Amino acid sequence: MTQMLLNALLLALRAIRRNLMRSFLTVLGVVIGVAAVITMVTLGNGATRMVADQISSLGSNLLILRPGQQLGPGRDSAGAPSFKLADVEAVQTQVPSLRAVAPVVGSKVTLVAGNQNWQSQVNGTNNAYFTAGNWQIAAGRQFEEDEESAGKAVCIIGATTKKQLFGNTSPIGNEIRVKNFTCQVIGLLQAKGQGAMGQDQDDIVLMPILTAQRRLTGSTDVSTLMLSMRDGIASDPVMEQIRKLMRERRKLSENMDDNFSVMDTKQIAEALSGTIRTMTGLLGAVAAVSLLVGGIGIMNIMLVSVTERTREIGVRLAIGALEHEVLLQFLIEAVVLSALGGLVGIVLALVVCLGLTALMHMPFLFSPGINLLAFVFSGAIGIVFGYMPARRAASLDPIVALRFE
Amino acid sequence: MKDTPDRAVPLISLRAVTKTYGKGSAAFQALKGVDLDIPQGQFIAIMGPSGSGKSTALNILGCLDGPTTGSYQFRDIQVEELTRNQRALLRRHYLGFVFQGFNLLSRTSAQENVELPLLYRGAETKVRHAAAREALAQVGLTGWEHHTPGELSGGQQQRVAIARAIVTRPLVLLADEPTGNLDSQRGHEIMDLLVALNRDQGITIIMVTHEPEMAAYAGRVVKFVDGLVDSDVHAIEQKGDR
Ligand SMILES: Nc1ncnc2c1ncn2[C@@H]1O[C@H](COP(=O)(O)OP(=O)(O)O)[C@@H](O)[C@H]1O
Ligand SMILES: [Mg+2]
Repeated sequence: MTQMLLNALLLALRAIRRNLMRSFLTVLGVVIGVAAVITMVTLGNGATRMVADQISSLGSNLLILRPGQQLGPGRDSAGAPSFKLADVEAVQTQVPSLRAVAPVVGSKVTLVAGNQNWQSQVNGTNNAYFTAGNWQIAAGRQFEEDEESAGKAVCIIGATTKKQLFGNTSPIGNEIRVKNFTCQVIGLLQAKGQGAMGQDQDDIVLMPILTAQRRLTGSTDVSTLMLSMRDGIASDPVMEQIRKLMRERRKLSENMDDNFSVMDTKQIAEALSGTIRTMTGLLGAVAAVSLLVGGIGIMNIMLVSVTERTREIGVRLAIGALEHEVLLQFLIEAVVLSALGGLVGIVLALVVCLGLTALMHMPFLFSPGINLLAFVFSGAIGIVFGYMPARRAASLDPIVALRFE
Repeated sequence: MKDTPDRAVPLISLRAVTKTYGKGSAAFQALKGVDLDIPQGQFIAIMGPSGSGKSTALNILGCLDGPTTGSYQFRDIQVEELTRNQRALLRRHYLGFVFQGFNLLSRTSAQENVELPLLYRGAETKVRHAAAREALAQVGLTGWEHHTPGELSGGQQQRVAIARAIVTRPLVLLADEPTGNLDSQRGHEIMDLLVALNRDQGITIIMVTHEPEMAAYAGRVVKFVDGLVDSDVHAIEQKGDR
């Protein structure tokens, strides 16, 4: 029995080797399908982990207050009124469990320093931002009180922005052109690295919020409040307190939904990884369909191959091959082909994942489960889609097959 | 016909064999009652005009097809009673085939082509290699083991096919127009080879041909006309021992 299987395997391998190029094209669908499924799942896992890591690096003290409903799938912030500086002050004075309240408003702006150009995220905020966002000042200083209250043109820049605009020289005391005004650099942030959604957190410029509102956005809106709770305080009651306060300030009646949201880091992480999971699931499903299409490709080519090899099958039958031996040979051929395709797909996925994760600064999480599953599945595809052609080959009449032109 | 009473049981015995292709009004009787005894060790040529049923008879003799009526005894086996798979096993163990169109596996070395029947017998790798090399040596193709059919001449390809047929040491070698695709020089070489196999190894050979010069190599010539045996001539020269 094992000898018979070994022989069938040998026959199948010889048949595959005889037509290497065709064999490869036959399984291309499976290769791509397997590679796509594994890549999607691996990248999804990596992204989820990255989000979790980044968010937890923000510390468990952070709360975020945003206009509009909950972040995540199906969120809706359109139409919800923004916050004003008065809201910031109210939160500051009325929620004692908070040690820092940082308003944030900002946009992407092109910066010029000397003959260097660079686009960065420019945020208007206050000194509480450093506490809430876990930032350290590497050189220079924070904002001074009169700079904040008068909205002076000073800024603190991130490591990436500094590198792009000033190279290795110290930026402190130098000037940057931000849109149509000039801003003096007073501080440099300690480098932090990749952000939760893959962006570079160090590519940033901070200035007093009044400065940003007057000279950049031209409105008195505050888009987000970053809140830092005092140590050892549970987030739920604090969030409830903030919620009550905001409902009151926004004059929402009992039967109206919140038109803002307060989230702690755990919720943010969940919302973001929920989004990623949904995306991964969708893309994975598309990839799985392509795997199925790959299977149909195998069936198609195996059928062509059976027709083309009719005389060969006639010879095999004439010299005494039994029906089930021919069936087994073609079935094994299909399984070996698609399993090889699966292996190539796994290797391809590995290469693609290594490249993409490096490119996106994501962790590469190798998942043995999905690799094994994809491999087994590709083999199963060979059985399912190889059976019909194999059946057809085995039931040929040797005389007719031998005479086939 | 019964001029050899000393041979108790012939290797092959056809009795009143008919073969009808198709059904109803489209039915066509290709064999109309053939009686034929073939003792072991004979080299027999089947001749006759085109459409006279030569190939049909050879297919039945080769157990590729069963008769419609009549009986076919191979040694002590009633072939007409066998199933498809049983006939395949009979072919595997006792018969070898050579075809007009060679029918070698393309892009496959001579060695691997010759090994093919042994693979279906489950022979071990070493045994397989040795037997295939020996069979190729017998047909004069030592040194050509690793050439594919595309790299071999027609005569060489037919030699590989013969090696494939004899590698299992069959009792009977069946050949349907083995020289049909070859020039006459190559044809004579193939016939010399078949004669040698018949003489030296005692392989019974049944060969269909329409060329009298090729049939002349055989010890016995059976002529088919219209689905029946028309004449059956034994060459006196080959009857004796040699
Ligand atoms: N599979 C088949 N179906 C129908 N008719 C067939 C079939 N095979 C052979 N015949 C017919 O039977 C007759 C004998 O054929 P065959 O044995 O091949 O003759 P030949 O002596 O030329 O080898 C021919 O008339 C042929 O047309
Ligand atoms: Mg014929």
